Amino acid sequence: MTNQIERHKYDILVIGAGGAGLRAAVEAREAGLRVAIICKSLFGKAHTVMAEGGAAASMGNVNDNDNWMVHFRDTMRGGKFLNHYRMAELHAKEAPDRIWELEMWGALFDRTKEGKISQRNFGGHEYPRLAHVGDRTGLELIRTMQQRIVALQQKDKAETGNAESNIKVFAELTITEILKEGGKVSGAYGYWRENGAEVLFEAPAVVLATGGVGKTFKITSNSWEGTGDGHALALKAGANLVDMEFLQFHPTGMVWPPSVRGILVTESVRGEGGVLTNTDGERFMFKYIPDVFKDKYADNEAEADRWYEDQDNNRRPPELLPRDEVARAINSEVKAGRGTEHGGVFLDVSKRIPAEVIKKRLPSMWHQFYELAGVDITKEAMEVGPTCHYVMGGIEVDPDTAAAVGVPGLYAAGECAGGMHGSNRLGGNSLTDLLVFGRRAGMGAAEYVKSAGSNPVSEAAISAAAAKIQAPFTRTGGENPYKLHQELQEITHNLVGIIRTKKELDEAIVKIADIRKRISNVTVTGNREFNPGFHLSFDLDNMLLIAESTAKSAVVREESRGGHTRDDFPAMSPAWRQKNNISSFNGTEVAVKQQPLPVLPKELFDLFDPHELEKYMSPEEMAKGGSN
Amino acid sequence: MARKLNLRIWRGNRETGALQNVTVEANEGEVVLDVIHRVQAEQLNDLAVRWNCKAGKCGSCSMEINGKPRLACMTQVASFPEDEEITITPLRAFPVIKDLVTDVSFNYKKAMEIPAFEPPVGMKPGEPRMAQMDVERSQEFRKCIECFLCQDTCHVIRDHEENKESFAGPRFFIRIAELDMHPLDILRNRKKKAQEEHGLGMCNITKCCTEVCPEHIRITDNAIIPMKERVVDEKYDPIRWLGSKIRKREGIL
Repeated sequence: MTNQIERHKYDILVIGAGGAGLRAAVEAREAGLRVAIICKSLFGKAHTVMAEGGAAASMGNVNDNDNWMVHFRDTMRGGKFLNHYRMAELHAKEAPDRIWELEMWGALFDRTKEGKISQRNFGGHEYPRLAHVGDRTGLELIRTMQQRIVALQQKDKAETGNAESNIKVFAELTITEILKEGGKVSGAYGYWRENGAEVLFEAPAVVLATGGVGKTFKITSNSWEGTGDGHALALKAGANLVDMEFLQFHPTGMVWPPSVRGILVTESVRGEGGVLTNTDGERFMFKYIPDVFKDKYADNEAEADRWYEDQDNNRRPPELLPRDEVARAINSEVKAGRGTEHGGVFLDVSKRIPAEVIKKRLPSMWHQFYELAGVDITKEAMEVGPTCHYVMGGIEVDPDTAAAVGVPGLYAAGECAGGMHGSNRLGGNSLTDLLVFGRRAGMGAAEYVKSAGSNPVSEAAISAAAAKIQAPFTRTGGENPYKLHQELQEITHNLVGIIRTKKELDEAIVKIADIRKRISNVTVTGNREFNPGFHLSFDLDNMLLIAESTAKSAVVREESRGGHTRDDFPAMSPAWRQKNNISSFNGTEVAVKQQPLPVLPKELFDLFDPHELEKYMSPEEMAKGGSN
Repeated sequence: MARKLNLRIWRGNRETGALQNVTVEANEGEVVLDVIHRVQAEQLNDLAVRWNCKAGKCGSCSMEINGKPRLACMTQVASFPEDEEITITPLRAFPVIKDLVTDVSFNYKKAMEIPAFEPPVGMKPGEPRMAQMDVERSQEFRKCIECFLCQDTCHVIRDHEENKESFAGPRFFIRIAELDMHPLDILRNRKKKAQEEHGLGMCNITKCCTEVCPEHIRITDNAIIPMKERVVDEKYDPIRWLGSKIRKREGIL
């Protein structure tokens, strides 16, 4: 049986063809290795296309006060100092080079008057920092890297006669398992979505770049692909997840009509001057400026309005607070009865910006509202509310090499990796995260393969992986995967959402365990040919692990920080700031334990004003002044 | 608010297939993709459909709705009269895999045939200086979400399978135009190659591609026609060709 399976041998297997995966593949290929790229959908459709606002890099093109240290500080501040400092440091230092490099591959960013790459303001960033292309920056990134890969394939064709000799894209293929031999990665197993035929990849290194987990939740900006595959594959392969309780609810998702519920309204709308109001017409964000941000954000409309013209002498408008603050504020307004009938608030650019400028600066937003909701944003306000957007938690990795802790040969980059963003990600940091750590994962994996060599897959591992794929068809009379997915989404939405309590989280954990029991009985109708029910049965298994890890991490973290708000523990705790929650999986359930957060080294500690650090750190930590 | 919708959905595989009648509920504000998903969840669990972003940004859910190439996520149910039956079929220009999913590998093959972007030799990252005005022309074409609706609707291949070999299609004419107008690209003869190798001459500018483009890219007016005109000019006037290259490079420091 197993000798009939389609087999491929590569040096490196990249799972996921979004920004991080493609960047990793380019790097590994340029290091002279043979690379396979796996995408669940067609090449070039990954969720990266949805990124709108831009890519944060301190190039200093618009304000030359900017540099990596300012960017580093903003990132740590945004993450409420729970970030892995080394990831934030590497990211801030390397982001500009990664953007400039894209330009050499054909990317066309918007320009400043001097002809440099233009940079725009964004929530949490002290200076205009986001390289952008209107509001379709993600599309530009993915297309540029997609075309870079084609360029490399053309080069290979000229040299070897075969375009796919060194880098090949396997589109519409799902990986169900990472294979290991002798404790080290040996490959991966999966199936073609088109016909269900099974495929074996033998590769001593695997880079996970599968993106997010949004589909675990009911209201999300993520597409069907955001089912936490990489997170779950890593857990099952013996790797850890770090801080899965931190989920970013983007403050502005569309709320109406129902068909578009959750779809993102870019933060650039606020960056360009959009204001948030409730049904009383009140510009409510002034009421929600937390103490730690009081010196950076305007407390009155006049100053906030002046900031758009003169950023050196005025504080920023509170609409540009980090995303977690804005999401909670909107949530509070709606709960207090000052929301719209569809459960949102108003976001308006029409009063401040002329119609032609809106269409020019926010073209896809105009398009999106006009065509999907029948709303002309140059004339009227948008209705918006929080939507599950991004998971800060992810695979525990070594910052420099992106190697997954505990599994030799496994690498992770982009949204599926954890640590970089701490408890809350700043807008614009994900696109450069993809580039910086995608490249590092490609490099790390290449170096590993060069020294470790191959690691053949055993027949036993293949048979075991094959049996799991067959399982949903061999059962009869079990439950429909769509129904179980909806139930799971209700549980996460109602009990593991923006505002959490111990009671509800405990209830969620019990309910998730119940679904886990029932999923072993899921039955799929039809055959293996492009069968979405069959696909969902695997995705569902992944999402259940995500939900379990999230709920179990959330119930132990007795504080509120960034993308984790506990109604029963509303304040930040300096003790919890020094801990990461580490999830592991023993084959039946997820266990969560605490691990000390790496301590900020002295040279990075000294980049901050001690008065700011005091708001986050304990007196003992302050006295120590960072590690040596 | 909810209404009953009568759909005729094409179901089948590479060999055979037929339209299947389905009645499904549609709520206010829903798009065709929503009702397809409802059919999938409640009635036909194994109905195959491609989709991703559901916001008109990824170009995955291309299909033909009442015979017109469209994105299902951008087609409002309310745009059809109450009693109208909606017929949903796969893209006609490409081979069916299953139900509404087609094999679009033709397009990836064509992408491979377009010579890649080539920056000036010796230019370092961070050095390029370009005016906004100069990047905008190519930016229009880089808005393309690769939904391939323009490829599907184009008569040159829709009705003539035999033309596929020598015809790249509107999607790749705008790719060539984008590179040709790119202020940093130094590769010569892109237009000439479009004409001689990618079948630009077969296009008879009926503008069908422009009409179906969900990104409203002016494929015919801004890419195809200018390329056709200049190919003719250059054929007869080498000085003019040289001039166009010098102008193109003005933006570079």
